[in-house]
Amino acid sequence: MNIYLPIAEISVNAFTLLGLGGLVGILSGMFGVGGGFLLTPLLFFIGIPPAVAVATGANQIVASSVSGVLAHLRRRTVDFKMGIVLQIGGLIGAAFGVAVFNYLKSLGQVDLFVTLCYVVFLGIVGGLMFIESVNALRKSKRGAPPKRKQRNWVHKMPFKTRFRTSQLYISVLPPILVGFLVGILTAVMGVGGGFIMVPAMIYVLGIPTKVVIGTSLFQIITVTSATTMLHAITNQTVDIVLAVLLLIGGVVGAQFGTRLGTYLKAEQLRILLAVIVLAVCGKLALDLLLEPSELFSVSILKRG
Amino acid sequence: MRLFLTILAFGFLALSGMATAQTTDKEEVVLGLSQNRVEITTDFDGSEILIFGAVKREGPIPTSAPLHVLVTLSGPSLPTVVRRKGKLFGIWTNVDSVTVDKAPIFYAVATSAPFEEMLSQSNDRRYRVSIERAILSIGAKVAHAEAEDYVAALVRIRENQEKYILLEDTVQVDQQTLFRTRIQMPPDLTEGEYQARILLTRDGQVIADHSSSIDVRKVGLERFLFTLSREQPVIYGLLALAIAMVAGWGASAIFRLLRYG
Repeated sequence: MNIYLPIAEISVNAFTLLGLGGLVGILSGMFGVGGGFLLTPLLFFIGIPPAVAVATGANQIVASSVSGVLAHLRRRTVDFKMGIVLQIGGLIGAAFGVAVFNYLKSLGQVDLFVTLCYVVFLGIVGGLMFIESVNALRKSKRGAPPKRKQRNWVHKMPFKTRFRTSQLYISVLPPILVGFLVGILTAVMGVGGGFIMVPAMIYVLGIPTKVVIGTSLFQIITVTSATTMLHAITNQTVDIVLAVLLLIGGVVGAQFGTRLGTYLKAEQLRILLAVIVLAVCGKLALDLLLEPSELFSVSILKRG
Repeated sequence: MRLFLTILAFGFLALSGMATAQTTDKEEVVLGLSQNRVEITTDFDGSEILIFGAVKREGPIPTSAPLHVLVTLSGPSLPTVVRRKGKLFGIWTNVDSVTVDKAPIFYAVATSAPFEEMLSQSNDRRYRVSIERAILSIGAKVAHAEAEDYVAALVRIRENQEKYILLEDTVQVDQQTLFRTRIQMPPDLTEGEYQARILLTRDGQVIADHSSSIDVRKVGLERFLFTLSREQPVIYGLLALAIAMVAGWGASAIFRLLRYG
């Protein structure tokens, strides 16, 4: 069954979109990532114009994150104070990111920049997460409990405050910085940023894994909402019909994902996420390194 | 009295005979379209346009050369950027671009015989009939030395997308008078004013050129959402967010009910 998308101006199979949404929703519920890092490239592959894919992807992530965060709220695994601090940084970062995005768009290099960002960030994060998780899994098998780093540079900064749910007493500056960097990524790459925020929260801020997922979803809702509004107002590239199809699949998938996540150990969860992240990274890297079959590309300069 | 009437009748006949003699080699197109508007609805997946018509003439059919019919269907022409990838620091990236002055977003040519036999090169240039001629690239050729390659790439890419189509020998012509053809418009159609154009040719020369417009528009929900996104982007954005939040909350509530209810 084909559906014509009013903003993207193409006709696509409705079941393909429902399936894509569902797949991304499952990941979202399991790992607390928005799934945008997977959704946005997949939308490119089925022929959605990049600008529409980025903007609509942000909107879809809002839905699956709301769905996911509600499940975590019931289990009291959301640190609101930490979430709000991250959001402050995130909103500033998103505004900065949009400025960078528009500048690169005027140079005609936005595709390359976005792809490079994906390869670099997914590669680093996926690689680190994979190594860490494998090590942690080995340790836990030997019976020794995995140690959380007690003190690092994060603990030496001013404006210290207590985050009760996370059982932390740290400065607000590192969370704001993490939020800011992730906010830039949201605007430039059309992702929720969970794939980088989750590891940053675990390894840099030292937040317990069970609190990390709910809190990152909470932060993602705000930043992707802001990004959706920015795209709707400045570029008019949010496609509601596309978003609805993706989010029907997405919210259902997220519920299953959350259940699924409780059956796996934290380390196993992280290895799985690392493998997915590395696979997407590899695919994008190949696209950059192999000679494309068509060297030319066409885009309409101005709509009449 | 009867004599007078007879003379009058003869006079009319003579007059009309003269008029026929004057316009004897003039041939005109009377055009019919299966539809003069295409409505893009939510389940739109392409549209087939039937273009048919007749050649109107007041004299006998000229016998000098066979009549051929060319039918084109074109979408709005817009400035288009063609980018070329090259290897830079080991990565394939856009290294150069050419802006084509105007290229139709959709262009189909249907003919009643092989294209070259129907229209001379000079007439193709004058009437801009073939796909290559329908693209305006004079400015680009001045600005860029290799513009030809970029225009060729544009044609190749859009031919692969079935947006530029050459359909030779698909126009049926009956007794040099009636003609008809079908052209398939793709599902990923952009709205705007499309032009159906009929050219009659004999011996490579154009003897009639007729155009009629087809309005391609989004309707219903498609129209509403598109207009809202352009005219009230804030409301549109809030609507998108509201749908997302309600859907997220709704799914969560439903699953809870299913689990505990």
